Amino acid sequence: MTSSDEAIVTLRGVRREYAGGVTALQDVDLDIRRGELVAIVGPSGSGKTTMLNVMGTLDRPTSGQVVVDGFDVAELSDREVSALRAGRIGFVFQHFHLAPGVSVLDNVADGLLYAGARLRERRDRAEAALRLVGLGHRLTHRSHALSGGERQRTAIARAVVREPALLLADEPTGSLDSQSGEDLVRLLLDLNEMGTTVVVITHEQVVASHLPRHVSMLDGRVVEDRTAVAT
Amino acid sequence: MTTLRPGRLSPPDVLRLGAYGLRARPLPVVLSALGIAIGIAAMIAVVATSTSSRADLDRLLDSLGTNLLTVAPGLTLFGEEATLPDESVVMIGRIGAVEAVTAIGLLPDAKVYRTDKVPTPQSGGIGTYAVRTDLLETVGATVRSGTWLNEATARYPAVVLGAATADRLGIGAVNRDIQIWLGGRWFTVIGILDPVPLAPELDLGALIGWQAGRRYLGVDGDTTTVYTRTDPDAVEAGRGLLARSANPARPNEVDVSRPSDALAAQAAVDKTFTGLLLGLGAVALLVGGIGVANTMVISVLERRSEIGLRRSLGATREHIRTQFLSESLLLSLLGGGAGIVLGSTVTAVYATVQGWPTVVPTWVVVGGIAAALIIGGVAGLYPAIRAARVAPTEALAAP
Repeated sequence: MTSSDEAIVTLRGVRREYAGGVTALQDVDLDIRRGELVAIVGPSGSGKTTMLNVMGTLDRPTSGQVVVDGFDVAELSDREVSALRAGRIGFVFQHFHLAPGVSVLDNVADGLLYAGARLRERRDRAEAALRLVGLGHRLTHRSHALSGGERQRTAIARAVVREPALLLADEPTGSLDSQSGEDLVRLLLDLNEMGTTVVVITHEQVVASHLPRHVSMLDGRVVEDRTAVAT
Repeated sequence: MTTLRPGRLSPPDVLRLGAYGLRARPLPVVLSALGIAIGIAAMIAVVATSTSSRADLDRLLDSLGTNLLTVAPGLTLFGEEATLPDESVVMIGRIGAVEAVTAIGLLPDAKVYRTDKVPTPQSGGIGTYAVRTDLLETVGATVRSGTWLNEATARYPAVVLGAATADRLGIGAVNRDIQIWLGGRWFTVIGILDPVPLAPELDLGALIGWQAGRRYLGVDGDTTTVYTRTDPDAVEAGRGLLARSANPARPNEVDVSRPSDALAAQAAVDKTFTGLLLGLGAVALLVGGIGVANTMVISVLERRSEIGLRRSLGATREHIRTQFLSESLLLSLLGGGAGIVLGSTVTAVYATVQGWPTVVPTWVVVGGIAAALIIGGVAGLYPAIRAARVAPTEALAAP
């Protein structure tokens, strides 16, 4: 078993440039330890989403080193990086990305599709994940029949159904009303309690205030990395 | 350290993924499947109709027999029309392989009119033939209405009309009062024949008894055609003997033919036409394939965020490629299946209307499915490769 101090994500001198000379990340050094609950905050255009994509292996840095769960991403092929995502990283997006016309259960079960699980097992585990996020009564509903909060819970269930070591959430409350947003933050806290490392990108102070560690970004750099002392 | 290996999609999963894409966009899917369906249906209908027609011909030849040989006078060495000697029928009848023999004689001066009021030049091209009573059986003709000539009616002014003659004279069915003006006197119509496939010259003929011709028209026509039925196993051998028996002095002035060959040749001509229609069907299929490719390209563009999500869930490029390819194959298969049903239905309806047996060969159905799969594969390949190349972050950023 790995110790809780071991870093699950390590960024060293990470730089990400886009065509046209736009630099989204500049020399970022960051360690996220197992079991941590981190908020990445900063204004629009500060490089938060790029950072999340790089940590989640959806994007590769122009230079620098990214190590996720012990794997140096630069040394992995596209297939291996995909397998890394399938087995260890869960994503939650602002716009949910649920399949319309498909039941809530199957939307979540699809979270296990690329991890090699059989349909029966996928559905069983999806049901358990939906009960975990409080949607046990919505299994057969179509995703478009759900409220915004329920949709985001479904998306979280889809992300955690694989029991990933790392959960990355990009503005998860961005499309929700304040009550749903608060419920969602509580859910993320619960998941973290259960051992999942959670990284949340947000520009909402209310959300960030619930999270112990704040990494602040500006113009592609980490300008502050502060951990609140537990009271 | 553990190795990272992406999960494999099981065939049912691939099928589900393909079907999901189709269900998500029903209208474009139905329209592009329709394109494939029309192409496949056209090809199936063309081939199956031609096969059904061929089956009908085979059935017809089976029932009519392919052992009918006709003997007719040809041309003399000087290019004039020859005649058959009077004793030719008797001579032919002596050939061992000949099972039945009968003859007809054209009476060129006996013109046929519906009434005596019709102007002389309007004879309608109908030929009057003096015939023997065994003609019907030998050429395999059937009576549509009324009766055939018998020993009694063959001596009197009674006439049996060919199918086309009856049409031309406007006589639909036989009753006691119908008479026609034939060779300058009234003849009673006692029967109408069905079309005679092996002796089409009889269709536009008015057939009277040989004795009646002699008695009422005062002519004893030359034998113009001798019909023989030979032993089916000795048709070719009999064919060689017929000319020499019919006119031993000048066998070169005798034409011997096998009418069933003409029917088979006609079917071969139809084949060329089938090839042309098949080509048109292939063009329709190609257009259908372009429709599928178009639908798939648009599908990839519209579903970028889905591609991004699947990549975030751990899908490899290969998984994405497989998903879109299976979608394209399913779409074409759907169209192909519908095309087979449509093509078979069209064939069945057409064959039934024509009175043919419906034959949809298995190879055509298998070929239709294979064509649909090939079209789907080719049409889906580029969009699938394109989908797999989309960068996950770019895809997720799509609206």
